[in-house]
Amino acid sequence: MNPIRAIFHVDRGDFCLDVDLTLPGRGVSALFGHSGSGKTTILRAMAGLEHAPGGYLALGDTVWQDDAQGIFVPTFQRALGYVFQEANLFEHLSVEGNLEFGLRRIAAAERRFHLPDICEMLGIGGLRRRRPASLSGGERQRVAIARALLTAPRLLLMDEPLAALDLRRKQEILPYLERLHDELSIPIIYVSHSPDEVSRLADHLVLLDNGRLIASGPLQETLARADLPSSFADDAGVVIETMLAGHEADELTRLEFAEGRILVARRPEPVGQRLRCRIHARDVSLTLEKPVHSSILNIFQCTVSTVVATDTPGQVLIQLALGNRHLLARVTERSRRTLALQPGRPVWAQVKAVALLV
Amino acid sequence: MAPDDLAAIWLTLKLATVVTLLLLLLGTPLAWWLARTRSRLKPAIGAVVALPLVLPPTVLGFYLLLAMGPQGWVGRMTQSLGLGLLPFTFGGLVVASVFYSLPFMVQPLQNAFEAIGEHPLEAAASLRASPWDTFWSVVVPLARPGFLSGAVLAFAHTVGEFGVILMIGGNIPEKTRVVSVQIYDRVEAMEYGEAHVLAACMMFFSFLVLLTLYTLNRRQSGKGRAARN
Repeated sequence: MNPIRAIFHVDRGDFCLDVDLTLPGRGVSALFGHSGSGKTTILRAMAGLEHAPGGYLALGDTVWQDDAQGIFVPTFQRALGYVFQEANLFEHLSVEGNLEFGLRRIAAAERRFHLPDICEMLGIGGLRRRRPASLSGGERQRVAIARALLTAPRLLLMDEPLAALDLRRKQEILPYLERLHDELSIPIIYVSHSPDEVSRLADHLVLLDNGRLIASGPLQETLARADLPSSFADDAGVVIETMLAGHEADELTRLEFAEGRILVARRPEPVGQRLRCRIHARDVSLTLEKPVHSSILNIFQCTVSTVVATDTPGQVLIQLALGNRHLLARVTERSRRTLALQPGRPVWAQVKAVALLV
Repeated sequence: MAPDDLAAIWLTLKLATVVTLLLLLLGTPLAWWLARTRSRLKPAIGAVVALPLVLPPTVLGFYLLLAMGPQGWVGRMTQSLGLGLLPFTFGGLVVASVFYSLPFMVQPLQNAFEAIGEHPLEAAASLRASPWDTFWSVVVPLARPGFLSGAVLAFAHTVGEFGVILMIGGNIPEKTRVVSVQIYDRVEAMEYGEAHVLAACMMFFSFLVLLTLYTLNRRQSGKGRAARN
């Protein structure tokens, strides 16, 4: 798969963006950052909705912008799909009319999806005759995603598609987004400020702060880094991809990954199902000896790899090596001193809570 | 109704139709530009378009008469093109009325275009619609109420004009004598009965136009309310 290369410099006086990104040509890449970090500006520049002078954007061999060569392909000639925060359906058309809008504008040979298939995948088959004004927020967003997919995009850009929805609508739409990820081979750039959404959907993570690139890499590695700026430290935590290995007799479910196993309250999913878990740094405590009289079920033997200060006085963030992966633990400075936690020190990590990203 | 009254009515409708069509053609790009531009010229152009709203028609008519007369720059141009002179012709009335009714077409359209905003245009671009395609498939349908009220207002306003016509077109039967001038003539000649018939027609027509417009507006805003729920 061809990587995506994007270089943008924007200077608007009060806001500066300066990024040079290489993103994988498959899977979901999340642009994550607080508001004002420049993530939406990057997305709009990628779509050509905003012209960042001197910018460069290429999908493999296809160059959409290279101002040094005088190339700037207008948005309507780029094979991309864009899902806006507010769905942006055409109010003067029915749902069907909205879905066909883009479909009718691409050559028959370019079409990759059938309208009924996409409707079924996104669960909007029954809405085709309705007007956009009569749809719920979640339905509108699903129609917008279907509308974008029907143009057979080579790149799907999503600008906080869940931000305008309440929790229930989010829960309703997330499984469809996961299906996009699993069933389609279209690279997705997903802008979000929600750590949970990112942990759940992304394969590749780009962290942005004040228009600058902080980190870019595979999700699990990037989240496990301890050297990220303090603005991300509050949400510090790692994501582990596991497989549901079995259901125990006492209402527990066993999840396994290369370096160990995690027990959680019984899950409805069948054995063999892949599940993503998130372990927050604040839910991990450390002991020097193997805790034998502990009520905590999930305990891992690790080695301290780095210790960094956090923004909160008296607290430190500790990165632990567990085989080839990392865990993060947030402990007090006093505990660090008392336990002499320093790189190379073997410790036991007790995980108080595991969030399952489903 | 006397034949010259009917001729006046026919001429008025012809004038208003031609002017409305021309205004749709000229007013649409002008309103689009005013709605979308960030140019510093926007306030100045907007003010020029709105001038007929506040000027006495005689002032506008006076300057148009000078411009289109044998010594005016428009007059010289039309003469050199072999079109002759515009004052006291139907063509002259059309040109004058286009200027006079311009704000009634441009302002509703500009408001409608501004209300559409950037979002549908960006959505259309992301769905492979060229700007020209977007204009026809998204902007025109969404701005339909604006086109409707612009056309109705421009038509009605042209039917109702008097001062500019008198300055530019004078009072030539079947060429420039429109209903409003005909009423004036009837009153001058003390023919109050005939004046009444025409005046009542105008009254009824104007009421009908405004009623249509307000009914349409109400239905539109009613739709808007339903959409928000």
